[in-house]
Amino acid sequence: MPDLHMAVCMKVVPKPEEIRVDPETRTLLREGARSEINPPDMNALEMALSIKDEAGGRISLISMGPPFVEEYLRVGLAMGADDAYLLTDRAFAGADTLATTYTLAQCLHKIGDVEVVLLGEESSDGATGQVPPGLAEWMDYPLITLLRSLEIDKEQNVLRGRRNVDGGYEILEVPLPAVISVATAANEPRFMDFERKGWAFEDTQVTMWDAQDLSAESQFIGIPGSPTIVTGLEQAASQERKNIFLDGGASEIADQLVKILRSN
Amino acid sequence: MVASLFDPSEENKAIWVLLESAGVELTDVSFELLAKGRELADEVDWPLAGVLIGDRLEHLNSQVLSHQADEVLLLEHPLLEAFTVDAYTQALYAAIMERIPSVILFGATPNSRDIAGRLAVRLRTGLNADCIDLRMDKDRGVLISDVTGFGGGVVALLEMPDHRPQLATVRPGVFHSLEASAPRSDKVRRAKVELDQSVIRTRIIEQVKGEGVSIGQAPVLVCGGRGISGNFEMLTELAELLGGDVGATRPPVDEGYIERERQVGQTGVICHPEIAINCGISGAFHFVVGIQDAEIIISINSDPNAPIFEFSDYCVVGDVEQILPALIQSLKEERVVTHA
Repeated sequence: MPDLHMAVCMKVVPKPEEIRVDPETRTLLREGARSEINPPDMNALEMALSIKDEAGGRISLISMGPPFVEEYLRVGLAMGADDAYLLTDRAFAGADTLATTYTLAQCLHKIGDVEVVLLGEESSDGATGQVPPGLAEWMDYPLITLLRSLEIDKEQNVLRGRRNVDGGYEILEVPLPAVISVATAANEPRFMDFERKGWAFEDTQVTMWDAQDLSAESQFIGIPGSPTIVTGLEQAASQERKNIFLDGGASEIADQLVKILRSN
Repeated sequence: MVASLFDPSEENKAIWVLLESAGVELTDVSFELLAKGRELADEVDWPLAGVLIGDRLEHLNSQVLSHQADEVLLLEHPLLEAFTVDAYTQALYAAIMERIPSVILFGATPNSRDIAGRLAVRLRTGLNADCIDLRMDKDRGVLISDVTGFGGGVVALLEMPDHRPQLATVRPGVFHSLEASAPRSDKVRRAKVELDQSVIRTRIIEQVKGEGVSIGQAPVLVCGGRGISGNFEMLTELAELLGGDVGATRPPVDEGYIERERQVGQTGVICHPEIAINCGISGAFHFVVGIQDAEIIISINSDPNAPIFEFSDYCVVGDVEQILPALIQSLKEERVVTHA
């Protein structure tokens, strides 16, 4: 039986606390905002790595983004992934979930033998959680979202996972190949392996693929492939508050709070 | 440009909301979707359909109609008794292709998000996820969605003028539900559902229903952040004394101190309490969006410069471990006095 081939999709996002909107032009001010690997995607990578630790297998990282994302993929390689693919082309820019999932699907088709695709449950910048089901649909693969644990049965050619919903849980099984999303904080992502660092940051190559490499149809990528358009952008409004600071020791403050609570 | 399977000239001018039930009741978010759907339908004078997927669902019809849908659309089949994303997506897809509605709204629940995400690709259309507000552009028949991004600090207006159906998801608690009232109609329609076991790739091995936690409508919400070091017992005691419920920011949820269903904010639940009490919370915007509708916000934090105070009416600079026990004590004493 060949080794299990897993792919982990990762997105590099600006740190949310460092983004502002220009009140005049209503555009996002990303300048100076540092980036990070979308934290939920690190949980997806950790889940793949722990399966590799136990049962062996191979992990490919896939990201769509500008060339600087390469350095972030190398972090994943140093953590234990085996290959990295960066889908980078100006024609990919402006993609909504339909175009993004198409582009990721083209990459999976080109790689060819991926049996389990893992993604974070959502991205910290878009937070829509729509990429895992969208990707599953383009690939016509079964889908389980929000997994907290995962077990792969290569003999039966199935995966089994547990997801928590509405205070309860369910254990679901789907045949391979399949797409799964991993619940945020399902695990504690590991640090880079010191011994892999030289290989990950210097010796190995990140494969760069553009639209042509992916045989991507131009109608499905970037802005043409995105039904959704942004027609406006504004800083979220916030209500005026009283900002009254209460003074005194704990018991005096408690009495003031009781009055406030009871008068409302 | 990518084309949807049907375009605006072919649409039926109708708004659908996909409803979910828990036992004999529709879920809270379903009532919220019906209320918003009604509002949108009235803006453009189109009919509103409440869509139910499952098996033997007639008992829910009256709830859908008394919450002001113009009709119930039932998608029933024995293979829809338990949720599977494959069968539910297939059934809804077939109903959409038969009736080509202009707008479909979904709750941003785990199951409805999965259906909506698959459908958007199958229909080659757009999906505006986690909308915080929706309205219709009457002249164009276009749905305009407000969505937040980047931790909640930015609101973007999204639309898909050339694709149908226009899909959107809404998190629980964002919209207010309506009280039941006299139905506008008694119309119940059944969509044709043809399903074969072979479309269902998911096997359900075990399913344990929990008691759904729902903090979205709690009148008083006592929230804990990183600064309370996981001590939620104290917060629970306070919440019980005030007839409220307990919420949390993301770190204590991630660290396993409290259930994810209690996470407040952009990636959790948007709440509408009368009073919010924030304990040991620094005040990141993605949390604040979850309580900013509160009439009164009280915050306790040991850091006088914590951003949460900007969003608060009453600010207490102090140690939660000292203030809360004193407050609990005062409330208990007060109760003794009032009951005496």
